[in-house]
Amino acid sequence: MIITSGLKKYYGETAVVDDVSIQLPAGGITSIIGPNGAGKSTMLSIVSRLLGMDSGSVTIDGLDVSNTPSDVLARRLSILRQDNHMTARLTVHDLVAFGRYPYSKGRLNIEDKAHIDQAISYLNLDDLKNRFLDELSGGQRQRAFVAMVICQDTDYVLLDEPLNNLDMKHAMGMMKLMQKACRELGKTVVLVLHDINFASWYSNYIIAMKNGRVVRQGTPDELIRPEALKEIYDMDINVHEIGGHRVSLFYD
Amino acid sequence: MRLFILAIAVTLLLAVISLFVGVSNVSLQTLFSSDAEGRAMQVLLVSRVPRTLAILLAGSSLAIAGLVMQIIVRNRFVEPSTAGTTESASLGFLVVTLFAPGWPLIAKMVVAAAFAMAGTALFLRILRFVPLRDVLLVPLVGIMLGGIIGAITSFFAYRFNLLPTLLAWNMGDFSGVLRGRYELLWFGLAGTILAYIAADRFTVAGLGQDFTTNLGLNYKRVMTLGLLVVSVVSAVVLVSVGSIPFLGLIVPNVVSLMVGDNMRRTVPWVAVMGAAFVLACDIVGRIVRYPYEIPISVVVGVLGSGVFLYLLLRKRQNAA
Repeated sequence: MIITSGLKKYYGETAVVDDVSIQLPAGGITSIIGPNGAGKSTMLSIVSRLLGMDSGSVTIDGLDVSNTPSDVLARRLSILRQDNHMTARLTVHDLVAFGRYPYSKGRLNIEDKAHIDQAISYLNLDDLKNRFLDELSGGQRQRAFVAMVICQDTDYVLLDEPLNNLDMKHAMGMMKLMQKACRELGKTVVLVLHDINFASWYSNYIIAMKNGRVVRQGTPDELIRPEALKEIYDMDINVHEIGGHRVSLFYD
Repeated sequence: MRLFILAIAVTLLLAVISLFVGVSNVSLQTLFSSDAEGRAMQVLLVSRVPRTLAILLAGSSLAIAGLVMQIIVRNRFVEPSTAGTTESASLGFLVVTLFAPGWPLIAKMVVAAAFAMAGTALFLRILRFVPLRDVLLVPLVGIMLGGIIGAITSFFAYRFNLLPTLLAWNMGDFSGVLRGRYELLWFGLAGTILAYIAADRFTVAGLGQDFTTNLGLNYKRVMTLGLLVVSVVSAVVLVSVGSIPFLGLIVPNVVSLMVGDNMRRTVPWVAVMGAAFVLACDIVGRIVRYPYEIPISVVVGVLGSGVFLYLLLRKRQNAA
């Protein structure tokens, strides 16, 4: 379980993450939603030790991220941020192989190689594995990055807006893959999402942030409701139930 | 792999040619004839072999320094001479020459390396304030920083009547290489080996700070290691043979186009191609105006600026 308590982060005078205390349940998909500037990405970066906090603490299965060695954490938790601007020309295979770095430190054994092949085929990248990243489309590259994170084989997988750059088909494929990873590999996936319908359809749990604070949290059934969405997004959103899932219509 | 063996073979062939090109007549025939106290053999051992070794070491290590620099700055167009590194090393060398002229060359080299490291760190710091981190803006900032440091160096060299000496360092030249005056360059080989050992770490760092942290590596430590390799190599080459511009830029870029950027694969390629390129340029410099020589920095500078322009324009076309 990931537990944050009293997490605060300031940029100058403004608190971008303001006293966030949450418990992210182990197993399943947890989505973090909220308007732009709510502090979702910043919180994800703090939880994954990419960014320091000004006060508060984060523990992952009891390990405090501020003082646990980084390579120990790298075998527990992986993080993929958005816009991964990359200048290096690496092949898909080589990129995915670096996911094994926390274990192999560069010397791949048979087990590592099995993980690499598995991650590549998990994301349907077999045909592309010898291509350079700069020769791929945005969506293919995104899948390669996710394959690297899968190859890292951590209990917790944190993804910041993983559906960016993906068309509907691949966005849906990505979410189904996350569900599959939770079910088959026992992963805990935490996502920052902008599309509340994806969050509603695929998540087990949703956390809503606004102005650096957590304003609501709960299951999709509890959260995807007009009054809750009004509080989060300041707009009137109709919610319909289709096939047991709650779907929001926010077009005006 | 077959290509790589071919590259090594070509380099060795060039090295052999380098042994036999020059004003003094050194050939297999003169080597084994028993004329004038084995003069040819002496030339070979005192001048030609050290020169060829110096070229191999300087060429490979400078190319590696360029590669490491491009990886840690994450920009294709930086190398020690477009990041203020060479100029800082030169300033350091001047300072130590002024204040401690009696120190052994190795101590001077250490001072020059320390200055190179400080100058490059300053460059990296300035880069944090460059908005957008435009691909072409980064080397421009480096060249400007180098210009400022170079101007300071020139000013003090002028005041202390050391301008000719400064000119000699800044003009890379292998003609002065003799036995006993190039051995520091073996430190360059150490830099190359270090780059190979830490190749995976550098490649990961080249993916960016977030990727590096995610994989459990200490980003700052990898950057510092890279700075160390770049600074030591730049300083060693500067005090031994002078600066050779553009070399660290062209070779890694060509290799990147050929085999990509996974350093485990590129380090051997860059080292071999760097050595071969400098060998070829040096041989050309010795032949063009025979029996006179054109300094290596001129030959590499002319060829290098051409290739640099080509790479810049190519980049622009790709971006458009």
